[in-house]
Amino acid sequence: MTRIFKHRLIWPIAALVALIVLNSISRPSFLSITITRGQLYGSLIDILRDSAPLMLVALGMALVIATRGIDLSVGAQMAISGSVALTIIADSKTPNSLGTVVVAILAGVAITLVFGLWNGFLVAVVGIQPIIATLVLMLAGRGIALLITGGFITTITSTPYAVLSQGHVLGFPVAFLVSAIAIAIVTVLVRRTALGVLTEAVGINPSASRLAGVRSRGIVWSLYGLSGLLAGMAGILYSSNIMAADANNAGINIELDAILAVVLGGTSLAGGKFTLAGTVIGVFIIQTLTSTITFLGVPPAVTPVFKAVVVIIVCLSQSQRMRGWISGLRPPKRLVVTTPNETPIATNRTTA
Amino acid sequence: MSQTNVAAPTPTAGPATKRPPRLRIRTSWVPVLAAVAILIIMFLAAQLYFGRFLTPRLLSSLLVDNAYLMVLAAGMTFVILSGGIDLSVGAVMAFTGMLAAKLLLIGVPVAVVIPTMLAAGAVSGLIIGIMVQYFDVQPFIASLAGMFLARGLCFVVSLEAIQVKDPTVLGLQSTKLGDFEWYLTPTGIIALVVIAIAAWVLGYTRFGRTVYAIGGNVHSARLMGLPVARSKVLVYVISGICAGIAGLLFTSYTAAGYSLNGIGTELDTIAAVVIGGTLLTGGSGYALGSLIGVLVYGVIKVSITFLGADSSWTRITIGVLLLAFVVVQRLIVRRANRH
Repeated sequence: MTRIFKHRLIWPIAALVALIVLNSISRPSFLSITITRGQLYGSLIDILRDSAPLMLVALGMALVIATRGIDLSVGAQMAISGSVALTIIADSKTPNSLGTVVVAILAGVAITLVFGLWNGFLVAVVGIQPIIATLVLMLAGRGIALLITGGFITTITSTPYAVLSQGHVLGFPVAFLVSAIAIAIVTVLVRRTALGVLTEAVGINPSASRLAGVRSRGIVWSLYGLSGLLAGMAGILYSSNIMAADANNAGINIELDAILAVVLGGTSLAGGKFTLAGTVIGVFIIQTLTSTITFLGVPPAVTPVFKAVVVIIVCLSQSQRMRGWISGLRPPKRLVVTTPNETPIATNRTTA
Repeated sequence: MSQTNVAAPTPTAGPATKRPPRLRIRTSWVPVLAAVAILIIMFLAAQLYFGRFLTPRLLSSLLVDNAYLMVLAAGMTFVILSGGIDLSVGAVMAFTGMLAAKLLLIGVPVAVVIPTMLAAGAVSGLIIGIMVQYFDVQPFIASLAGMFLARGLCFVVSLEAIQVKDPTVLGLQSTKLGDFEWYLTPTGIIALVVIAIAAWVLGYTRFGRTVYAIGGNVHSARLMGLPVARSKVLVYVISGICAGIAGLLFTSYTAAGYSLNGIGTELDTIAAVVIGGTLLTGGSGYALGSLIGVLVYGVIKVSITFLGADSSWTRITIGVLLLAFVVVQRLIVRRANRH
C-alpha cells in the first residue's frame, strides 16, 4: 500500500480519475463511446483528439525542462508552421493533391525544426538563459508568422489536409494517432537509448555530467530542435482543425499549458528526472479540465482562474514546507525549508 | 548549458558609492550607455529618414503614450534585479483597470477606487512573493499563476469592456500641461515620478542595496544578515503596486476597462528592462536604464507606424534587439568573470 502511495504517478492519476468521476456523475453520457460507421465517438474520444496539439508540445517541453531549460516559443512556432503549410497549399494549383499536402507539412515542420535548433544554439552554444533565448522567438515568432501570411488569416479547402483533424483511421481520430505515434517515438528515443539518462544527467548536474564525459551541448541543442519539430507538428494539427492559419491566435498560451502539463505529471521544473507518462497524464488532466469547465457553462474566458488554482495547488504541494506540514512529522522548521533555496542549484533554477 | 551567477557586480558598484573602482562602474553602466547610444542613433536615423521626426510633439507623446509601460518597467526592474521575474504585470494591469471601471460604474467614489486598485496590485504581488519565498516556487511559475488568476478574474468582473466616464480618471490623460508643442499629462508626470522614486530607492536606501545584494548572490546576502525573505517578498509587492498604477494610467489612456488589455505587455516590459541594461541574472541594472529601454521601445513602435510597415515588425524588431542586448550582456559577464 505504501509503495502505491509513494509511486510518483499516483497523484496525477488520482487527479485524472477524480476529474473523470466528477464528469461522469454530472453527465452520465460522459463515459459512453458510440461506434458510428466504424468510427468511435464520445466525450472521451473528443478529449483524446483535442489534446493532440498540446500532447506534442508537452512532450518536447518535458525533455527541454529535464535539461533545466524551458521553451516559451512553442506557441509562436505553431503559428509559424501553420502559416507556412497553409500558404504553400493556398498558393498551389492543386490544393487537394496528397503531394502538395505532404510537401506543405514537411515544409512547415522543417522550418520550426530550424527555429528550434536556433533556440538550442542560443542556449547551448551562446549560453543565454533558456527563458530569454526562447522569449526572443516568442516575441518575434508571431510577427514572422504574420509576415508569412501577409497579415491575413489564410484559409484553404484541402481534403487531405482536413483528414489530419477530422479523419479516422481504425476508428480513432487521426490527430490522436499522430500524438500516439509521437509518444511512442519519443519514448523509444529516450528510454531505449541512452538519451534519456544523459538528459537527466545534464539536468541534475551540468558540471558533473560534463566532467563525466557527457556531451551536454549537443544533447541540449538537439532537444530544443526536437521541441521545435513537435511544436511544428502541433501547429499543423491546429491549422488543420480550423483549416486556417491564424498567426495571432494559433497556439496562444500553449506554452503555459504545456509547462503546466509537465509539472502536473510530476516532472520538477528544476530539471533532471522527467516522466513522459506523467506528462501524458498531465495533458489529459488539462484537456479534461477544459472540457469540464466548458460543460459546466462557465465562460471559456474564465478558464485561466481554474488553471491558476491548479498551478498554485500543485506548486504548493510540491514545496517542502507544505509537505512538512502535511506529513506532520516535521514541524515547519525554518532551517529545513530554506536550505534548498540556498544551494547554487536552486539559484540557477530561478533564472531558468 | 553553463550558468553563471557569480558575474553580477557587487552592490557597491552602484551610483551610491563615492569612488567606485573604475572598471566595475563601467561594466554595469555599459549596457545602459549602449541603450542610450541606440536611442540617439534611432532618433538621428529617424530624423534623417523622415525629415520631421524630432518634433516636440512627438517627444512629448513618446513619454505620454508609454507612461504605463514606464511604471511597469520600474516595478519589473526591482524584480529582475533581485534575480526573479514577474510575468503577471500585464494581466494585473488589466485586472485593476477592469476592477476600477466596474467600481466607478456602480458609483464608488474615485477616492476609494484608486487606493483599491493599488491594493489589488499589492495583494497579487504579495501572493506571488509568498509563493516564491516561502514555498520555494520558481518566480516564473508563481507569477504565471498570478497572470492566469488576474486574467481570469478580469472576465469574472465583466466579459465586455466597461467605459469609464469619471472626470478625475480621464483628466489624468486629457489634461495637457504646457503649450501646444511641448506638453505633459498627469499620467506622464506620474510615470516620471515613479521612475524617480524607483531610482532613489534602488540607489540610496538600505532596501535598494539589499535588492542588488540578493540578485548578486543570495547566499552572501543572507550571510551578511540582510533581510532576504522580507525583501524578496517586497519586490513582488512593489511590482504589483506598479501594475496597479499602470492599470490606472492605462484606464485613463483608453477610457475603458477591458479584459484583453495588456496581453503580451509583460514581454514588452521585460524586453524594455533588459534593453535598458538590467542583467537578467539579477544584481546589476538601473531604473533609469529601464526608462531608456521603454523609450527605445516607443521609438521603434512610432518609427514602424511612420514607415507604414506592418505592425508585426514591432515585435520582430524588439525581439532582435532583445537578443542583441542579451548577447552583449553575456559577453560583458564573461569578461567580468575573467577579471
